[in-house]
Amino acid sequence: MDLDDTPDQAAWRTEVRQWLARHQSDAPPARGDFEDPAYVEVRRSWQRSLTEAGLVGVTWPEEHGGRGRGPVDQVIINQEMARAGVPGHLDVIGIGLMGPCIIAHGSDEQRARYLAPMLHGDEVWCQLFSEPAAGSDLAGVQTRAVEQADGSWRLTGQKVWTTSAQFAAFGMCLARTDPDAVKHQGLTMFIVPMDAPGITVRGLRQISGEAEFNEVFLDDVTVTDDMVVGGVRGGWKAALTVLMFERMMIGAGAETIGFRPDRVATALAAAGADDPRVCHRLGELTAELLAVRYGGFRSLTALSRGQIPGPEAGLAKITTVNALIAAADLVCDTLGPGALTDEEWGYMTSFLPGLKSAGGTEQILRTTIGERVLGLPAEPRVDKGVPFRELRTRQIAEVAA
Amino acid sequence: MNFALSDEQEFLREAARDALGRVATLAAARDALEDPAAILDLWPVAVKAGWPGLLISEPAGGAGLGTFDALLVAERLGAVLARVPFIGLMPATALLDRAAHPCLEAVATGERRPVFVPARPPVSGAESWTVEDGHGRSAPAPRVIRSGAHPRLDGQAAYVIDAPDADLLVVAATDATGSPVAAVVDAMQVQPVAAYDASRSVGHVTFDNVPAELLDVDSAELTDAWYLVQALIAAEAVGTVEAALGVSVSYAKDRYAFGRAIGSYQAVKHEIVEVLRRLENARALQFYAGWARDSRPAEFPLAASAARSVAGNALDFAARAMINVHGGIGATWEHDAPLVFRRAQLTRRLAGGHADATYRVGQAVLHNPRLVTAA
Ligand SMILES: Cc1cc2nc3c(=O)[nH]c(=O)nc-3n(C[C@H](O)[C@H](O)[C@H](O)COP(=O)(O)OP(=O)(O)OC[C@H]3O[C@@H](n4cnc5c(N)ncnc54)[C@H](O)[C@@H]3O)c2cc1C
Repeated sequence: MDLDDTPDQAAWRTEVRQWLARHQSDAPPARGDFEDPAYVEVRRSWQRSLTEAGLVGVTWPEEHGGRGRGPVDQVIINQEMARAGVPGHLDVIGIGLMGPCIIAHGSDEQRARYLAPMLHGDEVWCQLFSEPAAGSDLAGVQTRAVEQADGSWRLTGQKVWTTSAQFAAFGMCLARTDPDAVKHQGLTMFIVPMDAPGITVRGLRQISGEAEFNEVFLDDVTVTDDMVVGGVRGGWKAALTVLMFERMMIGAGAETIGFRPDRVATALAAAGADDPRVCHRLGELTAELLAVRYGGFRSLTALSRGQIPGPEAGLAKITTVNALIAAADLVCDTLGPGALTDEEWGYMTSFLPGLKSAGGTEQILRTTIGERVLGLPAEPRVDKGVPFRELRTRQIAEVAA
Repeated sequence: MNFALSDEQEFLREAARDALGRVATLAAARDALEDPAAILDLWPVAVKAGWPGLLISEPAGGAGLGTFDALLVAERLGAVLARVPFIGLMPATALLDRAAHPCLEAVATGERRPVFVPARPPVSGAESWTVEDGHGRSAPAPRVIRSGAHPRLDGQAAYVIDAPDADLLVVAATDATGSPVAAVVDAMQVQPVAAYDASRSVGHVTFDNVPAELLDVDSAELTDAWYLVQALIAAEAVGTVEAALGVSVSYAKDRYAFGRAIGSYQAVKHEIVEVLRRLENARALQFYAGWARDSRPAEFPLAASAARSVAGNALDFAARAMINVHGGIGATWEHDAPLVFRRAQLTRRLAGGHADATYRVGQAVLHNPRLVTAA
């Protein structure tokens, strides 16, 4: 029971801190407009610098361009970046989710081809999972992949809420290869070049007015058979790996999703707000965020000992998002309606409601945790064991009735 | 970095679980609501387990363990609503140990039972050290009078946890200038309060110009003792919430309605998961507080207040959820749910109340926003 750095961790922290001190002045602003190609470019070159310094993908094995370090060393980087007030790597989805997925399920050729450019920010990735009719029920995706005579695949369908698709080089796409199989079994994961003929990306404006995510249309997009990740019909297993890393990422605390609770307190203090009601609300949300931080250290300890994070990581996500929503409300209540159009507080207010859905909605997380962690009885499932094609027919009939 | 229990800590926790498992504490808590004679004397259990000497240093006859360990024991006591004067005892022994008081050996062997009478430290310069007046308001802490040859103590404090079980009180008092001092008294009047929660011993104490011995501890140490009380209450609540969760989960699996186990309905499932979420948060802060007091004393006030706030809210929620999940039976004396509920209701209003802890967290970050930033 000790939260202090080991000598090795302390040395690592010093290394990170010294590098940041030397290069901090080159860092781009932590917030910017991702629709502006110039901002994307500076973030991309910042990622390249970080990678060259060995500060990206540190937990990846060395043979794949990482440093083979433990999860605590990654946390040390996050802490030092937050301390220095600089942004991390641009390709959060690639480094956090898709790299680990390729390492776990990809072929040697895929690892050799994709990981290095991903690390350097030369090729950014996006997650082509959700569809208009498949979000929580992700295994219900309808994008079809049909095998051609030459062994290549032809993909047709629509994806939605795809973060970073506007500047991504590749997408990890979950598609249906066998509609006659039970739904989880007929899925395959594909790497799709975002500049392939037949792909259309259209920005979707969010509450904030910005378009950080997109809808992506796939219209007879051809990919070669070496783009299959984890084998034909192995798509669900690969998707589960991604979802596990996604939960960990969002639950890792306020800073890792770009919000700074200390700035909330600073803004309130600057406004001279220290009446008991403000203190109480600030105390409540701060205590919850502290709990996530120290709870995170507990799971990190488990992770360092080789345990695989379970669905309970979703609890940290629920706590973090709700505490941040309370923080945004408190700031705006205190500063008045003008805060809603303030760059920082307006964005925070507008962005967070969507984050309740991203990475698993609160209801879905609670159900999964109730069943898998507490062992509560599962809900009856009408879709169990039914071939996907039949499910669709049934659904269409039910909605029509 | 390592945020897990050591083998010794696991052992301490298991030993506490075993020792308490041999006593029917819940039945006693229920019976005592009607018949005070049903209260079990758990002091022999505590002494046999070595709890009185837990925070007393080894040369003085204690075990010389840390705050983290004390919180683990508090957690186990909370799990079975055991009436052991632990929350009063630990800060008292910590202060006596700081002052190297001669009674320590007798305390470690269980001969003497010192209990701490906390006073709430001021949050701002405008406030003073206060205790509860018994009517929901705060009153000045007892005062030490140094006019004669020997110091004397005068004043009172209401709803003092564990006071009826004490034969020695370590009182957070103030001197003529309002500065905090620790006074040891054995000639006191303690009026036990027939409390809403019979598993908790509470009393009003009165000092009528009685002889007192001043301890050589400073203001920081008395402040620390207040926060230790907060952390102990939090840890105890963690144990209670964990137990309440276990009972709710198993009922939700076994009870059927409309042809299904009730735990398969989302409304029930999600309420139970909310208990788990609050429990996990409370436990993380219990660990933080336990670690901080010994390794980062400057953070201990924040850690202990956050722990009390989150654990207090968790206990409120868990107690109500337990009643909800059980339906009618959950609202009767047949069941343990009302015992948990009574524990939650009384405790949230003791030692400043958990709302005060929440307020303190807010005050702390307003004045030092960096407290919430990582590293
Ligand atoms: C900011 C943001 C970024 C995102 N980025 C990406 C991305 O990059 N790539 C990607 O693939 N996806 C992305 N998503 C999509 C996200 O994963 C989905 O929004 C999420 O999985 C929910 O799916 P849905 O939107 O279809 O809602 P639905 O699944 O239709 O849910 C609607 C409502 O029904 C509830 N519900 C559904 N099923 C149940 C059930 N069994 N029990 C109880 N309630 C239920 C849900 O909780 C929700 O309240 C992003 C979303 C957001 C908001």
